[in-house]
Amino acid sequence: MNSVVSTANKSTPFNDVSAPETHAPDPSQVDWKSIWKPLSLIAGVFLLFFFLPLESSRFSNSVIESLALAKWYAQEHVLLCLVPAIFIAGAISVFVSQAAVMKYLGAGAHKALSYGVASVSGSVLAVCSCTVLPLFAGIWKRGAGLGPAIAFLYSGPAINVLAIILTARILGPEIGIARAVGAVLFSVVIGLIMHLMFRKEEQAKAAAAIYLPEPEAERSLGQNALFFTVLVGLLVSATWSRPEIAGGFWQTIYAVKWLFTGGFALLLGGMLIRWMGVKTYKVVIAGVIVLALALAMPHNPLIAFGAGVVAFVVLLTTTRGETETWFLSSWDFAKQILPLLLAGVLVAGLLLGRPGSEGLIPSHWVSGLVGGNSLWANLFASIVGALMYFATLTEVPILQALIGAGMGKGPALALLLAGPALSLPNMLVIRSVLGLKKTAAFVGLVVIMATASGLIFGSLFD
Amino acid sequence: MEIKILGPGCPKCQKTAEIVAEAVTETGIDASVEKVTDIMEIAGYGVFGTPAVVVNGDVKSVGKIPSKSDVKAWIG
Repeated sequence: MNSVVSTANKSTPFNDVSAPETHAPDPSQVDWKSIWKPLSLIAGVFLLFFFLPLESSRFSNSVIESLALAKWYAQEHVLLCLVPAIFIAGAISVFVSQAAVMKYLGAGAHKALSYGVASVSGSVLAVCSCTVLPLFAGIWKRGAGLGPAIAFLYSGPAINVLAIILTARILGPEIGIARAVGAVLFSVVIGLIMHLMFRKEEQAKAAAAIYLPEPEAERSLGQNALFFTVLVGLLVSATWSRPEIAGGFWQTIYAVKWLFTGGFALLLGGMLIRWMGVKTYKVVIAGVIVLALALAMPHNPLIAFGAGVVAFVVLLTTTRGETETWFLSSWDFAKQILPLLLAGVLVAGLLLGRPGSEGLIPSHWVSGLVGGNSLWANLFASIVGALMYFATLTEVPILQALIGAGMGKGPALALLLAGPALSLPNMLVIRSVLGLKKTAAFVGLVVIMATASGLIFGSLFD
Repeated sequence: MEIKILGPGCPKCQKTAEIVAEAVTETGIDASVEKVTDIMEIAGYGVFGTPAVVVNGDVKSVGKIPSKSDVKAWIG
């Protein structure tokens, strides 16, 4: 009965919706409000495949390129680089006391110190994008003022650990370091300029109470420093890539990198036992299994490393307390970042291809617009970066593809410095907080700074 | 009783709102629960971190998802 009615309705949907009440005493069963979205999605996908230009060799090559790029990421970067980096980001959000950092951003804070802390604290505080804006507003209105707040807003997305690690790994250490240093330096400069421009508008702050998240760290600063050194050491030694030139010092390090990795893993195991209450026998069993796999298959270190990651997750999740929180916050990152990154890699590969080959967009378009290191190329890259929305970390594969297609290193850095901090949607949100004038000044300063740093970097390294 | 949940709408803030709502129904207390999503209004409370829970004007928790028993203790 029901199905008959609904089929009848579907055949004349528009008449039915607009039909006057007198003709149709019952309201229509067809609720277009809930139907049109999935329906247009299905129709859209169908149309996409209907017109899929498979016969064009450029298109089919681009699809292969896109898959090849995703394969390269999966083989080279996910297990060795992204997985440890995600655990590091999770550890930062759990083990580093945010309150300890934020007391330097309060109203009574020393001015010079507050700029310094604001410019680097993004790596600790801005780990979740939804905390950035409330914190920014808090620092501005209740805390250290507009300058440090702007410094925090600008540097936060750019010096997030995951972003820096991935940038250095994929785009090369120079651009990774330039990105981190540039973000920190320019955040202070932009913050100071904003402070001077709008000094008159800053009202005296009411000495109101500030509520900080409670400190939760049980370890001393030294212990935390040691802990993060071991985590970063593990990441760096595992991702150490084969040097371009055979022989020499770097080759020697490459040859023994798994020994280093194992050593750091051993230290990490010790810390799990000593500081986090993981049972000794569990860590020993995990260590023996990983070591056995490493010795049994010395030419396939990924197997032992993968087993190590699994064992590590088991250790974290079978111990109650902060290890569980660590696992959960790492999982939150993984869940947020990995799908977006995969989509970013596929799209970048489809549009631009891997370095050395072409995707849908001809390489000469890219090199024509942002090749070399001209003022125009840098300015264009900054403006595009400022307007475009990059989901977390997707700027890395996109830039890799752009550089492969002929983008200069200067414009690439310009895009990296203007990109993640700004996008059209995020400008609208900032405007609702800061007002039009301050937002325009902020965006303008970011674009100018990014262009300038691109020019400088390009002339040094291209 | 007046309970406010401060947060721009991230998953952690939703979770906090759910926990508070459950705590209110379970204790059967007469309380109004309001979500504050405006960033400047959140900053006005002086909280450096979200989600935050405010009960009758007192900031009770900042920057984390509170446990249900905590919430019950605040409103009980």
